[in-house]
Amino acid sequence: MAPLEYLRPSDEGAAIALAEADGRACLLAGGTDVVGLLKDGVLAPSRLVDINALPIAGVEIRDGGLSIGALTRLSDVADHPAVRGRFPALAHAVLAAASPQLRNMATVGGSLLQRTRCGYFRDPVTPCNKRAPGTGCSAIDGEHRLHAILGGSDRCIAVHPSDPAVALLALDAVVRTRGSRKERAIPVDDLYLLPGSTPERETLLEHGELIVAVELPATSFAARSCYLKVRERASFEFALVSAAVALDVRGGVIRTARVALGGVAPRPWRARAAEAVLRGSRMTEATIAAAASAAVRDARPREQNAFKVELVRRVLTRVLATAGAGG
Amino acid sequence: MRPTAVGTPVDRADARSKVTGTACYTVDVVLPDLAHAVVVQSTVPTGRIVRIDAAAAERAPGVLGVLSHANTPSLAEVPTFPQGPAGQRRPPLQDDTVNFDGEHLAVVVADTLHHAAQAAALIDVAYDREEAVTTLEAGDELPPSGIFGEAPDSVRGDPEAALARAEVRLDATYTTPTEHHHPLEPGATVAAWDGGRLTLYDSTQWVSGVRDAVAMTLGMATDQVRVVSPFVGGAFGSKAMVWPHVVLAALAARHVGRPVKLVLSRAQMFTSLGYRSPTVQRLSLGARQDGTLTAIVHAVTQQTSVFEEFVAGAGYISRSLYACPNVAVRHRLVRVNAPTPTVMRAPGEAVGSFALESALDELAAQSGVDPVALRLRNFAEDEPQEGLAWSSNALRECYQVGAERFGWERRTTEPRSMREGRHLVGWGMASATYGVHSEAAAARVRICADGRILVTSGTQDLGTGTYTTMVQVAADALGVPVERVTAALGDTDLPPAPHSGGSQTAASVGPAVWSAALDACSKVLALAEQGDSYAEILTRHGIEFVEGRGDARPGASASRFAMRSFGAHFAEVQVDPELGEVRLTRFCGVFGAGRILNPKTARSQMIGGIVGGTGMALTERTVTDRRLGRVVSPNLSGYAVPTHADIPWIDVCFIDEHDPHVNALGVKGIGEVAIVGVAAAIANAVHHATGRRIRDLPITPQTLL
Repeated sequence: MAPLEYLRPSDEGAAIALAEADGRACLLAGGTDVVGLLKDGVLAPSRLVDINALPIAGVEIRDGGLSIGALTRLSDVADHPAVRGRFPALAHAVLAAASPQLRNMATVGGSLLQRTRCGYFRDPVTPCNKRAPGTGCSAIDGEHRLHAILGGSDRCIAVHPSDPAVALLALDAVVRTRGSRKERAIPVDDLYLLPGSTPERETLLEHGELIVAVELPATSFAARSCYLKVRERASFEFALVSAAVALDVRGGVIRTARVALGGVAPRPWRARAAEAVLRGSRMTEATIAAAASAAVRDARPREQNAFKVELVRRVLTRVLATAGAGG
Repeated sequence: MRPTAVGTPVDRADARSKVTGTACYTVDVVLPDLAHAVVVQSTVPTGRIVRIDAAAAERAPGVLGVLSHANTPSLAEVPTFPQGPAGQRRPPLQDDTVNFDGEHLAVVVADTLHHAAQAAALIDVAYDREEAVTTLEAGDELPPSGIFGEAPDSVRGDPEAALARAEVRLDATYTTPTEHHHPLEPGATVAAWDGGRLTLYDSTQWVSGVRDAVAMTLGMATDQVRVVSPFVGGAFGSKAMVWPHVVLAALAARHVGRPVKLVLSRAQMFTSLGYRSPTVQRLSLGARQDGTLTAIVHAVTQQTSVFEEFVAGAGYISRSLYACPNVAVRHRLVRVNAPTPTVMRAPGEAVGSFALESALDELAAQSGVDPVALRLRNFAEDEPQEGLAWSSNALRECYQVGAERFGWERRTTEPRSMREGRHLVGWGMASATYGVHSEAAAARVRICADGRILVTSGTQDLGTGTYTTMVQVAADALGVPVERVTAALGDTDLPPAPHSGGSQTAASVGPAVWSAALDACSKVLALAEQGDSYAEILTRHGIEFVEGRGDARPGASASRFAMRSFGAHFAEVQVDPELGEVRLTRFCGVFGAGRILNPKTARSQMIGGIVGGTGMALTERTVTDRRLGRVVSPNLSGYAVPTHADIPWIDVCFIDEHDPHVNALGVKGIGEVAIVGVAAAIANAVHHATGRRIRDLPITPQTLL
């Protein structure tokens, strides 16, 4: 780990200014991901701006929805009665993330910005377009069992690892950010960029722009939402495939549907084709099967990760049936 | 012996110091003026070093020195186990060749760990890269020259003819991946020179092996090297042999003229302490319709490094577990640009049993015989390979007691026939066996005038409970309460003892402690008539202490009896039929392993072995990029061991077994038999749950879709 300047400002303006002033600055929230990346030499910032002293933690009920401060620890998000009662997919997703110890540290803002677990990205020795643009993607012809089947490019097929982000996407969450010149409200759906030819750019956020809160709007579908994650061990493991769905069902007809997938794409993946199948339909086995298939119609699996196509179908089949049954 | 301590669940002698953090592991050792070393490793699997540019590193803050092949003295080779104590024959930093990715190329020493790590990142290595063989499948098979002194191939009877005539035949290939030990404490050494004398604090299973290997490598007399290892934070075979980083620490300390601490990173542990070779195992079984085995052919292919052989006898279990007249075992090796593999908990048996015990389950299904009944039908009344009588064999009791505790009779035969909600439930079982090993060991027992007793031996406590069990043995030999007795271990200044591997520590050192205690006792009793306490006698004679010496060595029984521990594992899994997730929900392991010195520490060891086997079955595999020959995700996220949430309550039971032949204490050893068969029991349970036979470990959702 290279030497760096460590700063711990206590107000937002100072944090933003300190980060913006140094083009190689990095923000530190819970540190559960950043510290590992620093130690592995994947990140080598000249300045680390620790934002833990900023007063942006806590869950507030606002306009019928929730405003979750960016520094709210995941364990506090999962514990909050309003989250559990009215946004169950988020509570499920948070509790499926990492381990209890990590959830006590990791923050909701940080979990949106988690870096990929791609082993080539995390090894400074191997070629990786995301870490070192232009060096090539080692995963495409290498080990890609855990990599993307949707949204990848010929430059990068890394997967976004966050569980909470998938649920936030399905719940129409909006990220409130602050830079030195502007404040923005960015829907989670708009926050992420696909790798295309610039896999090193992962979000719309500008350098130094700070996520201050994540807002969950009051919607007709949040209450009937759930999250399902398939993984290789019972805890402390990233998703092979996960899905968050949220439904508004009235009179037996699905009025609105949100379907988001994790573990399959370089960003939390909105399965709009599946949503389109669901909208206006009755929740029958046929509808579920059609939606599950629609979600992977555009999948581009490779040799080692082809199983994910079928796994997405099965996960969606299960989670749609659960949500459709009133879960 | 009045067994008042032995056989009782005495609390771990070192529990308080470990829980409170006062136990000093090698990574905790701090010496005055201590410097820190960081190893730089190769990033290509084969080729030549064109240039190592250390200039920037040497100029970096705090740097005291850099070692590479350019400035490292010539070092002597040390034979690899069992010919010698080394894990790798090839000494480090001797020339410009690279044989595997992750080979040590340089060592940077600095005043702080941070400075050393920072400077290590500045070392620039240019390679002339060559074509590498990076997988077992890509290389040519060679017969190994030997396996721990045994022939790699053996045939008894006529297996091919028996297979041809068999009423029931099975021919299947099973594979297991590269697995790593990953003890909590990484490989670590602290080296301190005092003139020509060297003291090494090392996390090791074998203090005298480290002493001998380092002395040999550096051309020193063994009495000039002392090795200290009071606590070891787990090992599982990764610290049984002496690996190159140990001598690097000694060289680094000599180079900078200060004591040096060298701790491997988790990533470096993937290439620095050996690993369990992947295996491809073809198993052919022949049987009569009632399941009686008539032929076993077990052919194993494993990998070794390009520069030396290491092979664990994965096929040998097929010679000795069941009565079968016709058995052929074959071992082949492929040379791969990878580190030399090594022993890992039940080397051979752990992976061999996955194939054999899976195949037995397949045979049970094919012949319509219950898996337990099938094994009972093939029970070996005598050791089948050599024809010797068993010194003791409680395998039948293990099946019976395990089946009762588990409720095996409630198992329905058909796969997919048991359910719990939406989950498929499967019950599977497997046999376990591991040889009884022991080597010569020595101990001293000191009886002090204040009534305290001190046991000393140059053995090691890997976390298994040696401190506790040796105290129990001495306490019983002397007829005193355990509270009066303490033990000092893990130091070459103490009486010599063998490496703590092969589950042999209790069986080797226990009898030596016993004998030393009796010797001390007789010396005290020679001073006075019986009835007085030790303290009274010594005080009356004005003697500060007497010391008894004990030596123990394997007895003649070894040639008259076959000696093995046995066990039976019963596993219950629940499988999500659509999503393929497997969860272990119940487990019962029953063992016949001779006298159990301490049921509490023994139970912990068995639980640890079963957890290790669960990892083999469901999560553990090291992934290497085929083109790069480099481990992908070398960390505990990429290499998944079971978490608490993966492990149910585990029922462990020992059969009360008295074996008069194995040694004076009747101890067989327990550490390794615990893992043998676990992966097969779980795979068999998965088959019972799903009807899917998974022959390639680990069993993941992907394999079950």
